[in-house]
Amino acid sequence: MKKTAYSFPEEVLEHVFSFIVSDKDRSSISLVCKSWYEIERWCRRKVFVGNCYAVSPPILIKRFPELRSVTLKGKPHFADFNLVPEGWGGFACPWIRAMAGAYPWLEEIRLKRMVVSDESLEIIAKSFKNFKVLVLSSCEGFTTEGLAAIAANCRNLRELDLRESEVEDLSGRWLSDFPDSYTSLESLNISCLGNEVNLLALERLVSRCPNLKTLRLNRAVPLDRLPNLLRGAPQLAELGTGAYTSEMRPDVFSNLAEAFAGCKQLKALSGFWDVLPSYLPAVYPVCSQLTSLNLSYATVQSPDLIKLVSLCEKLQKLWVLDYIEDDGLEILAASCKDLRELRVFPSDPFGLEPNVALTEQGLVSVSEGCPKLQSVLYFCRQMSNAALNTIARNRPNMTRFRLCIIEPRSPDYLTLQPLDDGFGAIVEHCKDLRRLSLSGLLTDRVFEYIGTYGKKLEMLSVAFAGDSDLGLHHVLSGCDNLRKLEIRDCPFGDKALLANAAKLETMRSLWMSSCSVSFGACKVLGQKMPRLNVEVMDESGPPDSRPESSPVEKLYVYRTVAGPRLDMPGFVWTMDDDSALRIS
Amino acid sequence: MDAADIKNLKATELRLGLPGTHLEENNVIITEEKSSLSSTTPVLNNNKRPLQEETSPANNKDCGSKCSNNNTDDDAAPPPSKAKIVGWPPIRSYRKNSLQEQSEAAGGIYVKVSMDGAPYLRKIDLKVYGGYPQLLKALENMFKLTIGEYSEKEGYKGSDYAPTYEDKDGDWMLVGDVPWDMFVTSCKRLRIMKGYEARGLGCAV
Repeated sequence: MKKTAYSFPEEVLEHVFSFIVSDKDRSSISLVCKSWYEIERWCRRKVFVGNCYAVSPPILIKRFPELRSVTLKGKPHFADFNLVPEGWGGFACPWIRAMAGAYPWLEEIRLKRMVVSDESLEIIAKSFKNFKVLVLSSCEGFTTEGLAAIAANCRNLRELDLRESEVEDLSGRWLSDFPDSYTSLESLNISCLGNEVNLLALERLVSRCPNLKTLRLNRAVPLDRLPNLLRGAPQLAELGTGAYTSEMRPDVFSNLAEAFAGCKQLKALSGFWDVLPSYLPAVYPVCSQLTSLNLSYATVQSPDLIKLVSLCEKLQKLWVLDYIEDDGLEILAASCKDLRELRVFPSDPFGLEPNVALTEQGLVSVSEGCPKLQSVLYFCRQMSNAALNTIARNRPNMTRFRLCIIEPRSPDYLTLQPLDDGFGAIVEHCKDLRRLSLSGLLTDRVFEYIGTYGKKLEMLSVAFAGDSDLGLHHVLSGCDNLRKLEIRDCPFGDKALLANAAKLETMRSLWMSSCSVSFGACKVLGQKMPRLNVEVMDESGPPDSRPESSPVEKLYVYRTVAGPRLDMPGFVWTMDDDSALRIS
Repeated sequence: MDAADIKNLKATELRLGLPGTHLEENNVIITEEKSSLSSTTPVLNNNKRPLQEETSPANNKDCGSKCSNNNTDDDAAPPPSKAKIVGWPPIRSYRKNSLQEQSEAAGGIYVKVSMDGAPYLRKIDLKVYGGYPQLLKALENMFKLTIGEYSEKEGYKGSDYAPTYEDKDGDWMLVGDVPWDMFVTSCKRLRIMKGYEARGLGCAV
């Protein structure tokens, strides 16, 4: 390297780079010049891979030889709603094996929507001497035996978080495999486990780990054991209760209330399965300090909910069932001025009649009363353009807006018109909107609005909407920052897709299911775009057994530098140059 | 291959340019092609989807005939027993399971509660209440009304509302007529009657 007055020694640059943490910035640094690329890649410690098939383990390891933290995401988002069949992919094993060999000093592994085996967990447990953080979010494929391996071997483990994963719960014994000498636990989330864990082992573990800040129990932990656990960890900041019910006894209640009162640092509460309303007041002592409250499993009626929520004046995040109703949301709006995020889930998602008095009005109230509200997920049964307009004008600072009107294609209930204008107002006024989910009756016009105004939009979810390819074309050609697009049951087809093929290379992924994309168009796309993997999913048989103009069941397109994947199950076909040969 | 197909081919010709550079051209092509789009893809050219059965992708090729059936049902009310659409509403399975488990939770006795004039049905768990006073208080809170106190001779005199229930034999009774335990085991659903009917029931003892 030519040394000029302007070049710094590597060590200096490395030191400077160590202050740059965001992935985007690190990426920018690496593009400045070859020497910066080299220095940057040797000192990169943390990597985020948004699609595990966009790159391969050897490619990652070759470029970044000294990683300490890896995050991988596998299945597409719609897998959450059972739209991705079993066996589709997202296998963690090849990654874990490769990293075990390449990164002996790896400290953190975070996986989302991936298939993780007990074998993989055993490899993690044995390969990384300084392993600290394991987060398995919405993962599956492992049992409590794998957890036992982690518990027994990871001496420096700080965080074990199994959020929303599907774990085959063979026995609660695994918790006892944490040795008595193990005291470094800071965060434990076992809320997804079905069976009872060894409660004595849990109590001992909790009380001997002085830095334990987050404890999310599973439903099987009985309420009468909670006070003991809390007394063992008065420094807790985040607690997820187990089942919140017990025989109503005054001593149990007072014990519980006292234990809660002792947790002066408690900021977040969740859990609350099987809530007995008369036990809710036990948490009143901590309400005024809470910033996060997840009551989305609490099947209690609105008076009890309202009382609880109205005491939480510092609340920033609330997840709740629609039992809260419009009245409750009005009180929320009046009491919780610091609210940033609201999620309202349906208590009776498949019922035909509304079972609660929750309408668009509740959301309007919150949008009026909570100036910091920026993230919304709202399930309801009726909506109007007027309400959406009001919400948009009230909250131009909205960044995530997901509305689910339960009946597909529901029009504005007041005017019976499509909801195009309402959602149009949202994208027009909320200039920083990054995520949007649509529902209700929508024509191509809403997509024209989105393409025109949604310049910061990164993720869009669409269902049962639009009239023609024009809709899809508006989005693909207009949304400059679009990264993820997921579409189901819309009349979008070949033309918009092929006309905007180049756009797909600027995005992480596109999902289209039950749309009108033909097999022929998928082949064309796959052949012309070598840096995209165009995967067709069809459980009824090979797509080439039907005419080329037949629509494919599911289409998943993503950019990649790793070429077509080799682990596809029988119902997934990749459309690339060889596909014509391979299929016929 | 006919003229329409050739037109289609031209329209689908792939051009690798920056997004938006072919906007005008594509707009024209796309809107022009809209009608032929509907003829070449009979599957989804209308907004109505056959909600009567699960939207299985294997049915796509048959959807033409099913779709035309549904066109006539365009303005009909949703069928009484609607089959579920896969993955809709978009809720995680563990949430759905949790709600279901909790509603079937050991010992829960769930009954529907309707009130004359109110569009909302509620479901309550009778096991949660210790007796009639608690139940009535809960109903008052739920529906924002005053029911008052029960008297054997005069029912709920003084109130415009009378809580009634349908028992195992299909008879409509006034809430409070039978001992609480008997009520809990025999009540199938609750209905809060309003006005004349209510007053009639109340005094009919």
